[in-house]
Formats: sequence, structure tokens, C-alpha cells
Amino acid sequence: MTIRKKARYVDLDLCNSCGDCADVCPQVAPDEYQMGLSSRKAVYIPFPQAVPCSYILDMDTCLGNNPIACGKCADVCEKEAIDFDDADELVTREVGAIIVAIGLDVYDPTEMDEYGYTRYDNVITSMEFERLICAGGPTMGHFVRPSDQERPKRIGFIQCVGSRNPKIGRPYCSNICCMNTVKDTLLLADHYPDTENFVFYQDIRAFGKSFEDMFQRSKEAGTRYIRGLPGDIEEDPETGTLTVTVENTTSSGGLERHELDMVVLSVGVIPATDRDKIASLLTLSKTSDGFFMESHPKLKPVDAPTRGVYFAGFCESPKDIKDSVCQAGAASSRAGALLNAGEIKIEAITSIIDPELCSMCGLCANVCPYGAINWQKKEVATVIEAACAGCGACGATCTFGAITMRHFTDQQLIAQVRATLAEDPEEKVFVFACNWCSYAGGDMAGISRIQYPSTNRVVRTMCSARVSEEMVLEAFRCGAPVVLVSGCHYADCHYIDANRQTVKRVQKLWNKLEKAGVRPERLQLEWISAAEGQKFAKVMGQMEEKRILVTPDEIAHAREALKPKKKKVRPAKKKPVAAKEATA
Amino acid sequence: MATLEKDSELRIGVFVCDCGLNIAGAVDCGAVCEYAETLEDVVCVVRNKYTCADPGQNEIKDAVAAHRLNRVVVASCTPRQHEPTFRQCVHEAGLNPYLMEMANLREHCSWVHPGDWDGATAKAKDLVASAVGRARFLEEQEEMAVPVTRRALVIGGGVAGIEAALEMAEQGHQVTLVEKQASIGGIMAQLDKTYPTMDCSI
Repeated sequence: MTIRKKARYVDLDLCNSCGDCADVCPQVAPDEYQMGLSSRKAVYIPFPQAVPCSYILDMDTCLGNNPIACGKCADVCEKEAIDFDDADELVTREVGAIIVAIGLDVYDPTEMDEYGYTRYDNVITSMEFERLICAGGPTMGHFVRPSDQERPKRIGFIQCVGSRNPKIGRPYCSNICCMNTVKDTLLLADHYPDTENFVFYQDIRAFGKSFEDMFQRSKEAGTRYIRGLPGDIEEDPETGTLTVTVENTTSSGGLERHELDMVVLSVGVIPATDRDKIASLLTLSKTSDGFFMESHPKLKPVDAPTRGVYFAGFCESPKDIKDSVCQAGAASSRAGALLNAGEIKIEAITSIIDPELCSMCGLCANVCPYGAINWQKKEVATVIEAACAGCGACGATCTFGAITMRHFTDQQLIAQVRATLAEDPEEKVFVFACNWCSYAGGDMAGISRIQYPSTNRVVRTMCSARVSEEMVLEAFRCGAPVVLVSGCHYADCHYIDANRQTVKRVQKLWNKLEKAGVRPERLQLEWISAAEGQKFAKVMGQMEEKRILVTPDEIAHAREALKPKKKKVRPAKKKPVAAKEATA
Repeated sequence: MATLEKDSELRIGVFVCDCGLNIAGAVDCGAVCEYAETLEDVVCVVRNKYTCADPGQNEIKDAVAAHRLNRVVVASCTPRQHEPTFRQCVHEAGLNPYLMEMANLREHCSWVHPGDWDGATAKAKDLVASAVGRARFLEEQEEMAVPVTRRALVIGGGVAGIEAALEMAEQGHQVTLVEKQASIGGIMAQLDKTYPTMDCSI
């Protein structure tokens, strides 16, 4: 792993956090830690308890270091800790296990126009609430409303802002917001017993240990819980007072209007915005809500599908502090077990090149997503077994039969095609599915009991890139009316980007079919993720619709037209390479 | 471990799992067994209540010995769940683990075609035929052992990342903790009090 260590421009070892630099710094920027409710200098410490406890120079806000435009901080620093020449550093670490704990981002409710966030000063988010009520916050813990710095007496909390809302593409429950609001109402009741608190909600989910007790205490402290989410908020521009209109669904009163001094939007959480970078680095996939997909929802909840990678915290799904700590413990225990073992067994599905059949063309080396094939012009290609992940892209690309994919050989897969289509092929939808996504999507359909036509017949390969032209053609020769090749979504390929080879191959096949007078629509390509049981079922339905349109004549024509010319398809004549030779 | 002669006679055993009613409730497992018996090189077919349970696994081991099986097909659930189970089982029976193949009669068949007895049964037969077809070409494989670098990387310095890094260190491993911000602490550091104990976040 190569890590970019960003320049701080302040020497960590020399800085004693005295703050003289910030005192003289003329440049200010919104303070991110305080949710922008106050400002900081260009040279600053993120917060008093920061670790490392050192100042940092924000070069985007600084007047400049090349040339040094101001330099006051350096002049005043007795420790000479300011280093304008500091630069990013690349650090390389070899590791045996990776724990992904990239956390979350908080939903920005600006798009929910009905609540007027950013339009009305006194509508704030629950994160801003945290800073306003905190002794270390911009108001030293004096809870005031932004419009006039007065203490609000009537405060409303609106739940599920950015959660459980399919209209804005956030259908999931954020898990933490109910209890966070319960906590906030107790804080207010503690600090300011005379405030009246209202909570507008659809359901209060107080399911954890001692949660219900907290909820009851909040009610006993006088918080009014009103079942219903407000339709809109209006502001009196003179006073800054807000009127919230809500349908109270627990009373027969119907529409209620509440005049409030301040409204706190209990915002949901969203997957970290930079998760895609991590996902492509470590070949991780996501569930439909955008959080990382675990190996198994119940039995392997902290393992990533990529071996040696584990999840902790929010990045896997919304959870509170306690659950994050639990999961971190579980992840480190799993990682520790791997490191303690000292070695791992690699599944014997790697590629083997027969030097006698290799034509030295180098195509295999070109398509390998791992650079696991050594090849130079006029030299036989060789596989670095420890680097090979077994996708089979090379095996499907080699036209000389020089590559054997262990445990997913051509003979084995062709035998499956033939055996599946031996009887009544015209009644079947033939499917190639990759182990990690499409096949797993089929499993998900099964686990979820989503029904689809029983005509499909699936053959599993590790990656869709393993499916060679020959395999698809063989299916048509055996009388398959329609064939589906399915793999991981384009950016989510378990083998980095091996499925690009799938696309190329299917496009080539479409041309081939067309030339042979076979409707290219009879070969379909679909991306189905491991989480998409619904999509798997839908695609199988669509394939069935395509199947019934294929006439017996078309099937017969394809059988003939796609017959191998001159060179016969290599049947399983050659005895498979024995295991001993294979590992040699 | 018994080594397979290159040109030895193929002796395939097929084990069809009822999985209680998970499979047998939607697929005619008896008919699947009868069909499996007609397939080339299949010398033994056994129907199990739960193949993955000890009695089921013992039936595989017994049959391997009694019928001198050199390939095993387990027609039960997804290989993504129980392939390691049955690989271990045939290994204990004296066969190379890679001489075992699975047919997914549950996730890919009975659970998704519950109202289609004939269709599901026909499909189950094909899945078994496909697995047997493949099993005929299975080869022994040896897994390569690769050393693991005894160091961990934790990406993200919020509460989960900090906790994971500390735990790894407590286990005696070297850990590198990577955080994109200037300080560790994550979003939790911005909270005032935390539920359910109302104590400070930092």
C-alpha cells in the first residue's frame, strides 16, 4: 500500500501548540469542526483535544508559501516549527490485513426545500445542534438561535430528514437519529428546564439496551412526541419565528400548527463520499444503499468479499458508537486470526500456461488485471501464481489453448454446457454467471424468495471474463435459444476491471452472430450485483420473454451456421494436466 | 491421500439433499435421484435429509469407501455457502477436495420456483446433470500457501478505526492508521454528549 502523507507545514515534533502562530495569522476560514458556525485561522489546531496535538497550516487559506507572502506565523514561532517547504510524502507499507473504517458523511438537507434549511436562520441540523450545545462550541455551550442570539424557548426536532425517504433516494433508516434526538431533548431539559421541546417523527426506534428507558425519561421531562412529519416550515421574517404544519396521525385533531423559535433537522447519514475510491482500490462492492457489502449478512458480517479486508463501523451500514466499537473488535479479531496464521492457502483456481502451446503473442499478459503474467516479445508467457486471482480472463483470451484455468477448465465448462442442453435445449435460457456478483445475485433472489421462470440454467465461472467465445458458441450449437453472460457492475468487478474483457468479447460475438445470420439479441449481457436479487429475477423474466420469441428454425440455423470451420473444437481429448504438473 | 490414476475409471457419487422441506418442498427429490442414476459414470446415488449435517456427511464418507467413489456431486445449496463444508468432508473421506462439485438446488431452484413442481424438478435434474458433467473432468488440485505480512492497515481514524487499530496493537501486531483529516476522531469528535450514557464524545 502506498499512502500519501499530506504536508502539514508545521513540524509535529517541534510544535508545542502554544497558538502564537494563529494569533498573528491574518487569514480566516470557516471552522469545519464547528460546522462553519465560527471561524479559524489559516494556521490552526482542529480542536483542543486533537491527536496529533499540533497546529496545521491550511495552504488553501494561507496567503501563500511560494513565494512566502506573509510569513508572520514563522516569524513568531519560537520553536521554528513552521516549514513552508514541507511537501506531501509517499509512504509504502506492506500489510497482510486491511480494516476499512472510512465512516460516513452527514446528509445535507438543503435540497429538501420544504424545511428551508439555509433559507431560514433558525433551521439548523442536528450536527449544528451538537456544536451549539457543546461547551467547546462557538457559543461556549450557551444555546442560542442564529438569527438573534436569543435563547430559544420552543424547539422542534424533525426526524427522518434524509432517511426512510425513497423520494430523495434515501430509503434506509439511518439508525442513530431517533436516539440522538432523544438525547438532545434530555440535554435541553437538563440545561434549560423551561424550554418546550417537540419531536415530529414517523416511528421512534428505541430498540437498543437502555434506549427505551431514555425515551421514557425524555417524555417524562416534558418533551412532546408528535407522530407525523411536517409538510413545510414558514418563517416570520420579522421575528425569525417558525411555523411548522404537521398532520398529527395519533390524534383525531388532523392538521396542527406549531410556532417554534428553532427547528433542528435530525439529519440522516450517508455513505462516505470517497467510498468509491476505496472500493476500487480493494475491489469491494456496495449494497443498493451505497454501504459496503459484507461477505455474508449473518455469518461473515465483518469480512469483505476480498480476503484479508474487513469492515468496521459505519462504512458497512449505519450504526451507533457501541455497535461501531463492537464491529471494530470483531474486525480486528478476524484480521488478527489471519495475521497469526502466518500464511494463507490460495484457492487452486489459478492460471497455468503450457509453454509448448504458448505462441508468445502476449494477449494474456495484456488482459490480466493483476499483472500476474510475465511476458516479453518472443518469450513464453509465465504466470506468477501468488499474484494470480483466478479470474480466467487470460484463459478465455488465449486462442491457442495454452492456458488452463485450474478447476475452471475449458473442458469442465464445455461439459456443463453440453450436459445442461442435452435434452430439450429449446426450452432453456442458458446463463453464465460470475461467482461474486451475478451468481451471488441469484443466491440473493433465492434467500429473498423472489420468484422467476424456472427455465434458466446457470453455469458459474469465477468472473464473466472467463466465458470464452467458444463456450457461448457451444451453447448455441447445442440448441440454446438465448444465452446470457452476466457479471459484476462495470466499476464493481471483483477482479479490478476484468469484465472489460467480457464486454469486448460479447461485442465480438454479436458481430460474429450477425455475420452468421443469427440474431445478436439472442446473446445478452447484463450486470447484476450480489445485492440485486430483484434484478436477477427480473433479468431471468426478460430472458424468458426473449426465449419464447426464438423459432425452431432459428435454433436449427444457429446450430448449423455456428459449426466450427476447419479446426474442430477441441473436445476433451487431451487429458487434463495433472495437479502435480500444475503446481510445478 | 489417495491419488487418482490418470486413466482410472470414473466413479461418481451423487448426494441429493432434501434440506428438510427447503428443497424437497418444491422439487421432486426422488425423481432427481432416479434421474441421476441414469447419468454416465454415476455409480451411487444417495438422498439425504440434510447433507451438511453430520449424518449426511457420514453418508458421503461411507459411500466413498463402499463404492470406491472418485468424484462426489452434492446437489444441495449454493457453493458460496457450503463448498468449504463438503470439500472438507470429501477430504476426510480420502479424496482431494477439488474432486467435489455442487449443484445449487436451493437458492437457484426450490426457493425461487415454489409453485412450479414440474419446472423446478426438470431444472434440478439439469443442474445435477451439469454438475456430473463437470465432475467427470475435475482434477486434483493442491493449494499454494502464501506467507502473510504480519502488519495491519486501518483506513479511517474515527471511533471504529481507532478502536480497531488499538485492538490490533493489543494483539501484538504492528498497525498503520491512516486518516485523511488533520486529527483522528472522525465525526464522533464533533458530538457533544453521546447516548445512552450522556458522556462526552472526546
